[in-house]
Amino acid sequence: MRLSEVADLLQCEVLLGEERLDSIEVRTCFAADLMSDVLRFSHSGALLITGLTSLQSIHTADVADLAAILFVSNKIPAQATIDLARAKQIPLLRTWRGMFDACGVIHCAGLPRAVEV
Amino acid sequence: MAAEATAPLLVERFAIQGGDYEHGGDAAARIKVIMRQLGIDPDLMRRLSIANFEAEMNLVMYAEEGVMEFQVHADALRVIVADRGPGIPDIELAMQEGWSTATPEMRARGFGAGLGLPNMKRNSDEFEISSTVGTGTTVRYAVHLA
Repeated sequence: MRLSEVADLLQCEVLLGEERLDSIEVRTCFAADLMSDVLRFSHSGALLITGLTSLQSIHTADVADLAAILFVSNKIPAQATIDLARAKQIPLLRTWRGMFDACGVIHCAGLPRAVEV
Repeated sequence: MAAEATAPLLVERFAIQGGDYEHGGDAAARIKVIMRQLGIDPDLMRRLSIANFEAEMNLVMYAEEGVMEFQVHADALRVIVADRGPGIPDIELAMQEGWSTATPEMRARGFGAGLGLPNMKRNSDEFEISSTVGTGTTVRYAVHLA
């Protein structure tokens, strides 16, 4: 599923990387507020769905090679967080939907769960 | 240590300050940039970057200060993270997934699930940790280059 489709499905505001949404293919998602879990269990190329807007969410996406970050529940990251994401070329999206809701919508639209490792 | 008998081809050191969440992740990010410039395999780069970030956040959360040293060897990428801090009384316990002494603040920042140390080991080909209570902790890990 292209990131642009995710953005449409969840009526996202695109905070960063609008021009790249069509070219990024999201194979799976990882949803968590706990970056420890993301670092332990996520897969390279996943879309990170989170309510955590700290700088560490960007660092997590960077070191774990995640495709992009979707902030849920209308959370707005601080400018420093957006600036770091820009430097790391990580697209940022924001939706009014909550985490469960956001996951449900894109899962029902066909995005599969990650293969267990 | 025999593994460090040969001089590294490149050494970079990064100072890390305890409690400095604003910069927590900078060292791991900078090392990743170096690895990308060196053309390191993406999977290897991901594994070491995750280990580095875990180590860096552990230092930020628990220690007073420390240094992360990144070494490039012909056959491996090695990292030594040494801190001045409270130390770990029971390393065996600390290596168990889910065991944590994290504060609510650490958890609110997305860390402290008790996964960090075991995840560092999981993403490394070599891993060792030594600690002295009241003095500090040193973690050494490496990934092997194919």
